[in-house]
Amino acid sequence: MRWSPYAFVAPFFLFFAAFGLFPLLYTGWASLHRVELTAPTDMEWVGPRNFARLLEDEFFWNALKNTFTIGIISTVPQLLIALGIAHLLNYKLRGSMFFRVAALTPYATSVAAATLVFVLMFGRDYGMVNWALGLAGIDPVDWQNGEWTSQIAVSTIVIWRWTGYNALIYLAAMQAIPKDLYESAALDGASRRQQFVHVTVPSLRPTILFTCVVSTIGATQLFGEPLLFNGGAGATGGADHQFQTLGLYLYEQGWVNLHLGRASAIAWTMFLILLLIGAVNWLLVRRLRKST
Amino acid sequence: MRRTVILAVVAALGAGLLAGCAEDGEGPGGSSANGGGGGKGRTTITVGVFGAFGLKEAGLYDEYMRLHKDIEIKQTSIERNENYYPQLLTHLGSGSGLADIQAVEVNNIAEITATQADKLVDLGKAEGVSKGAFLPWKWAQATSKDGKTVGLGTDIGPQGICYRKDLFAKAGLPTDREALGRLWAGDWNKYLAAGKQFKAKAPKGTAFVDSASGVMAAITGSSARRFYDGNGEVVYKTNPAVKQAWDIAAAFATEGLTGRLQQFTPAWDQGYANGTFATVSCPAWMLGYIQDKGGAAGKDKWDVAPAPKPGNWGGSFLIVPEAGRNKTEAAKLAAWLTAPEQQAKLFEKRGSFPSAKAAYSLPAVAGAEHEYFGGAPIGEIFSRAAEGIPVTIIGPKDLVIAQNLADVGMLQVDQKGRSSKEGWDAAVKAIDNALDR
Repeated sequence: MRWSPYAFVAPFFLFFAAFGLFPLLYTGWASLHRVELTAPTDMEWVGPRNFARLLEDEFFWNALKNTFTIGIISTVPQLLIALGIAHLLNYKLRGSMFFRVAALTPYATSVAAATLVFVLMFGRDYGMVNWALGLAGIDPVDWQNGEWTSQIAVSTIVIWRWTGYNALIYLAAMQAIPKDLYESAALDGASRRQQFVHVTVPSLRPTILFTCVVSTIGATQLFGEPLLFNGGAGATGGADHQFQTLGLYLYEQGWVNLHLGRASAIAWTMFLILLLIGAVNWLLVRRLRKST
Repeated sequence: MRRTVILAVVAALGAGLLAGCAEDGEGPGGSSANGGGGGKGRTTITVGVFGAFGLKEAGLYDEYMRLHKDIEIKQTSIERNENYYPQLLTHLGSGSGLADIQAVEVNNIAEITATQADKLVDLGKAEGVSKGAFLPWKWAQATSKDGKTVGLGTDIGPQGICYRKDLFAKAGLPTDREALGRLWAGDWNKYLAAGKQFKAKAPKGTAFVDSASGVMAAITGSSARRFYDGNGEVVYKTNPAVKQAWDIAAAFATEGLTGRLQQFTPAWDQGYANGTFATVSCPAWMLGYIQDKGGAAGKDKWDVAPAPKPGNWGGSFLIVPEAGRNKTEAAKLAAWLTAPEQQAKLFEKRGSFPSAKAAYSLPAVAGAEHEYFGGAPIGEIFSRAAEGIPVTIIGPKDLVIAQNLADVGMLQVDQKGRSSKEGWDAAVKAIDNALDR
């Protein structure tokens, strides 16, 4: 009996070792070699050269910058909207179950399907967005080719998909807030708005931090939306690489240009960036705990 | 007692999961073990292709299975070659997950021939293959330096110019395909001149050509030496043929003759549906696409004329990996699928133009007319183009070079309004980064 818990958890660790740890280590090993996808067994040791050249690789820096900007303009509005929606869903309303399921529907939609619809909507010549702008007397926008416009369009897809998901997480946390806090706030004469700002948001702090971290990780790995937003060309992320993210650049190096070693170095750099984000989060949580 | 039960359950679950994974890992090739379903002793041959390849759609598998009762053919398809090809390489590298027959796009065949030949069956020696039936240059493209033929040609992409008769008439250009062929014969600059003439009186909201990148692909497809020289060196930067193609295509963009579209995107399809551009350089395989996207509204409006210079764009090969389970049967099938008679059927049903020269005299090709394109004698037009195509030198990174020139460089000139030089520099930078290991 003493060993049975280990037997229960063993499958996870076995699979993690096979499909998580081994690829991670192998990628690290490959990143120190010159190796091509046409001959993956033919490796030539180059040491940290693949990492060193990233420092002077303007496509890498461009991708890092794009990942950062797209991450900001998708995560910030997304979490704010999610908070608002969760607050509304938290009211007693008829058919609340329907609205909760509806909020989660975009999350259940496949990236590919959603993105293809958005590509049509953001079309230059016949897109719905430009048509609507036209009604308001605004000239058509070339969404795909502009630097900001393309990033906003990609962010819109991300926001659409993930807002409901985050809203439900916030809603779950909100429902755990003791009702008497609101009652006493109401007795003290706090309006709904003031209750939201002074009761709900402080109580949600750990949850907000959690969603921030998860969204940041998601934003760092952003791949499907920008890939499919660029219908014709695949991994270039637009004519000027204007919406090429790190994930897309990794894919281009590894699976279009077939340079496994360089792609592995990008993968490991992304991994290190995520570890850094994790460390910052840990520090934040620690400070937060001290302050309360 | 209880403990052993629990352990047994865990072990069973784990084993089940592992088995599931193992089966999955086999990929398309795995089905041959348990495939067939019906009769005993049937051999299942798997075929891996990209896109709507056409072999299945043209009924060739069904016909082969009728002729060979003991064979069953299964096909797996991945929509885009950009996703299909890397997977094929990883599968070749690991020697697993391969279909018995795999399709390879012409832009990848040089790399396959140069780097993967030892993992592939020599189809030049396979049963039923006749070298003389193929166009010599097509045969040479899949033959390695030491004489091993790793791929059999399916279709090629001889090019014409597809054009809208109604828009040409409104702009005061001739609408007869022979007259147009003569108008721009021999020189892409004459095509450019026709574009300028079109623009002067063009109906509002229409452009002469869909995209500058399309023009560039057509021109580079008509020169023997483009991105590589005979010694396998990358020469696109200094090759005057590439420079000329670039300049003419860029002129289309800067003169405002293009619809500023990118090929194979939803916006391009909408351009066909709404008739916003008058011409497109069309390899034989594109006619079906145009018909598909142009729909009923485009009927009797499109026609096809000879291109200024004969060129090739696209086409594919079939290869048989050594790691496959049914190599001999697969090679036989590949030989049958690429035999002139079958290539003619593929052309008849799907418009993929035969790479087997011997097919050109067959009635299905020689007498072919395309109803949607005003009854144009496409068999004759494309046969003539196919025979005039120069023996193109292709290199391992052709696709990467072509794609960056089109989707980075020329797209910047066409859609972002950059200068020709800025676009070229951006493309060169991207290609240098891609080629440098």
